Amino acid sequence: MASIRDEGAAGILLDVAAEIVAHRAYLSEIDGLIGDGDHGVNMAKGFGRAAEQIKPEDRLSSAMRTLSGVLLAEIGGSMGPLYGMMFAAMADSLERAEGLDADGFGQMLRAGLEAIEEIGQAKVGDKTLLDAFAPALSAYDAALAQGKDFTTALNVLAQEAIAGRDRTVDMVARIGRAARLGERSRGVPDAGATSCALILTTLSRSVARRL
Amino acid sequence: MQRFLNNPDDIVDETVAGFVRAHGDLVRLDQGNRRVVVARNAGQPGRVGIVTGGGAGHEPAFMGYAGRNMVDAVAVGELFSSPTAKSFLDAIRAADGGAGVAVLYGNYAGDNMNVRMAAKMAEAEGIEVATVVANDDVCSAGPDERERRRGVAGEIFMWKIGAARAARGGTLAEVIASAQKAIDNCRSVGVGLAPCTLPAVGHPNFQIEPGTMELGIGHHGEPGMRVAPLGRAADIATEMTGLVLDDLPSPEGGRVAVLVSGLGATAMNELYVLYDSIATAIEARGLRIGRTLVGNYFTSLDMVGATLTVMALDDELSELLETDCACPALLHQRRA
Repeated sequence: MASIRDEGAAGILLDVAAEIVAHRAYLSEIDGLIGDGDHGVNMAKGFGRAAEQIKPEDRLSSAMRTLSGVLLAEIGGSMGPLYGMMFAAMADSLERAEGLDADGFGQMLRAGLEAIEEIGQAKVGDKTLLDAFAPALSAYDAALAQGKDFTTALNVLAQEAIAGRDRTVDMVARIGRAARLGERSRGVPDAGATSCALILTTLSRSVARRL
Repeated sequence: MQRFLNNPDDIVDETVAGFVRAHGDLVRLDQGNRRVVVARNAGQPGRVGIVTGGGAGHEPAFMGYAGRNMVDAVAVGELFSSPTAKSFLDAIRAADGGAGVAVLYGNYAGDNMNVRMAAKMAEAEGIEVATVVANDDVCSAGPDERERRRGVAGEIFMWKIGAARAARGGTLAEVIASAQKAIDNCRSVGVGLAPCTLPAVGHPNFQIEPGTMELGIGHHGEPGMRVAPLGRAADIATEMTGLVLDDLPSPEGGRVAVLVSGLGATAMNELYVLYDSIATAIEARGLRIGRTLVGNYFTSLDMVGATLTVMALDDELSELLETDCACPALLHQRRA
């Protein structure tokens, strides 16, 4: 069965960090439309600082723990705790699994999603990162249940994360800073859903390349 | 706009460094956390500690309110971004004198999350923590949804009242009750005339068209209740006063405290122009104005505009409001 090992797989997280840093201005611009325009700056700062402390030969789980620590201790805002708790939960899951096959990867993402739901108290449909994450993970699980292979399921995950992000355009924000806008938050993607889609598509691509 | 900048990414650290240097008689930096500002006399045994925190860019809030008989420790976040849970935790630790810590902060998603996490960690260390969440901004949600309103300049009155109660030996429950009463008796409204810019972003992230004003604007440029043509100061003042007073519980004895704060790039004289009409409008309702503050007390980077906060007073709030305090943003002495 196709799988990757935890050992030496930190490059996956470095790919994610590089993608976030590369989209610094883009994420801030989207956030500025209905938020305060600091999402890209803070995300790039957190992921960039973590990347400096991670070596490609590290364990993926320890890289996730490093990133989580930086996000929780240095970034703050809403995204610090949300992504910080997500990566901590994913690292826990990965350490328990010792490696990632298709089911283990799904369980890792599920642990991350549940951590976000617990700390963030948002629901699907509130125009948050959950609207990219939750449907993407459901589609991934469904693909596996239909007997699709790991690589195909990873592609489904990426596609559905992007589709979920795009659906936030038509949503009205119900939590976070954009919620104060009510109807005026419609017509713009959610910045958190956008960064979440970047994380999931890069994870998907980077894992698939290593299978 | 031309700015005094080194590297925009260092602006918060440099702001805190300059602040602590300038006001070393009243505050110091936390030993282990350069994003926590601590009052010199914080952590007095047996006294309830007062903590707040929030994003940078609102100077002199939040750290300017650390001092004697005021806030004991302040967590400082990135510009317009909640401090980390770790910083809130370190602030709680610094403020703890064994009688519990009251975290008095504003209703924002990030602050709610980080305070919740910090409180949990502090409780695990044996520090009793209770919170009051400020929600004085009338335009951020309807009167039936007060729990969704954000906290703005009314937080200053909340800190003042809560800290005065702590200074008088109040228990944690008493401090929380007084601070909660203060914010329940506060209503605020903001008016924006021009947007603000995060220096690292370099351009405003929202627009206010010339000739217009945004009524009900938030402390980070959150859009207000409506955009209107820019009126005369007297008319703006009357409208702001109406929005605040229509939402305010009737003050016992008809007494109120008033705070007019600039948003960062409005000249002080304009604030007094605005206050003159605000006072007229308040008195026209038969209310008497007690303590008044006019100045840059709670800003939003370089936003042009102002906020009005009115607190309905009763005997308890009047007494606590008049308690002496000394912090960099506010020197407050009992009136003769």
